[in-house]
Amino acid sequence: MSNIAEKVTAIIVDKLGVEESEVTLEASFTNDLGADSLDTVELIMEFEKEFNISIPDDQAEQIGTVGQAVTYLEANVK
Amino acid sequence: MNLKRVVVTGIGALTPIGNTAEEFWNGLSNGVSGAAPITKFDASLFKTQFACEVKNLDVEQYIDRKEARKMDPFTQYAMISVEEAMTDSGLDLEKIDKSRAGVIWGSGIGGLKTFQDEVTAFSSGDGTPRFNPFFIPKMIADISAGFLSIKYGFRGPNFVTVSACASGTNALIDAFTYIRMGKADIFISGGSEAAVTEAGVGGFNAMKALSQRNESPETASRPFDKDRDGFVLGEGAGALILEEYEHAKARGAKIYAELVGGGMTADAHHITAPHPEGLGASSVMKIALEDANLKPEDIDYINVHGTSTPLGDVGETKAIQQVFGEHAYKLNISSTKSMTGHLLGAAGAIEAIACIFAMNKGIVPPTINHFTDDEVFDPRLNLTFNKAQKREINYALSNTFGFGGHNCSVIFKKHN
Repeated sequence: MSNIAEKVTAIIVDKLGVEESEVTLEASFTNDLGADSLDTVELIMEFEKEFNISIPDDQAEQIGTVGQAVTYLEANVK
Repeated sequence: MNLKRVVVTGIGALTPIGNTAEEFWNGLSNGVSGAAPITKFDASLFKTQFACEVKNLDVEQYIDRKEARKMDPFTQYAMISVEEAMTDSGLDLEKIDKSRAGVIWGSGIGGLKTFQDEVTAFSSGDGTPRFNPFFIPKMIADISAGFLSIKYGFRGPNFVTVSACASGTNALIDAFTYIRMGKADIFISGGSEAAVTEAGVGGFNAMKALSQRNESPETASRPFDKDRDGFVLGEGAGALILEEYEHAKARGAKIYAELVGGGMTADAHHITAPHPEGLGASSVMKIALEDANLKPEDIDYINVHGTSTPLGDVGETKAIQQVFGEHAYKLNISSTKSMTGHLLGAAGAIEAIACIFAMNKGIVPPTINHFTDDEVFDPRLNLTFNKAQKREINYALSNTFGFGGHNCSVIFKKHN
């Protein structure tokens, strides 16, 4: 697992109160991990803080699964 | 209109002197002070460095961590005290009509810690607005009632009263009124507050409202003492389950007391100073007595607002003497804030519970920390100084007054 994926998993476990084993790349924040719309916004903000980047709203809306978050961050974090 | 009767069928308390209703009463009847140096933040630069904090509380013992994270402490306190009251009431959520069950909660401020933290984070950043999406729903005072309705499925009237230190009593009176009018059968009511934060202490300090007796926190809250120098900030929650009498009787509920009257008035005088003659305070007690169809002579005990401020305590005793005349000298009067500190929007709720215990136990909780008489108070008044007193209490009245000039009184009747 990449360093980014590890950090993403830790954030999701902390914010959504889920088990680490549930946080698979295919897992959807809302359908599988119990997030509501506010939780999802908070996750994006935590990613921005952790990786010191800014994720524009139109791109944030495309991030719905753990894998999508990891892919986006790996491509955009310097 | 035929008014329904309203009874109390469950109680819960989370206070600086006990984390359950029973522990709270033990503290009250034994004259325990809840004041101590502030632990929630470094108060070394503040004029006041102590408060009455809730102690030894592990929130996650009561609320799932994920849920707790979305709640300001004032909502966490609400959830914890209500859980105790709901369990105590024995209400079966499968059997009651939840469309006729509501929540009317009280909070003077709401999520002050949340507001403070979010604004602090913003102002220490580069100006980019990165507010947490839970900022607003965590901070707004009414969210406590929202969370409670979600937890218990109560779909009836649902809101929070905001009248500063009268909020808790305001909530009780509103719930009482709705049940009386037949609009609902059950209410979760009471109030919670969590203002022991930098903003809370600093703000009240700036008003010169708080005691600055840093060398002796436990004797700082001294209502009616000559050397009183302001109130002691407290935090916590009190919860009462109010229920229509026939509804309670039909399910064989344990009945603690009957709520028989309430009054609400405004001073219309000054934003923070009480009326010097206690005009609003006397009118509100009169209205509560009329509402309960009682004479002043019927009252045995008054749990006063009595915050230990130089002006407030004087206006209130003047008002009591105006309303009760000669009977004022036969009353037991006490300020339990001498022990709990001032829980602001939760004060009316925990003081209602104090009245209920006092009636059921036949014991008047004391006004502790009396050292020196102040000649402005008539020595013939029994202010129940320093030690609890035994007394049969059939009717108890509780006063709360809030910044803004809000006054509320409620009267409880012992249930036989």
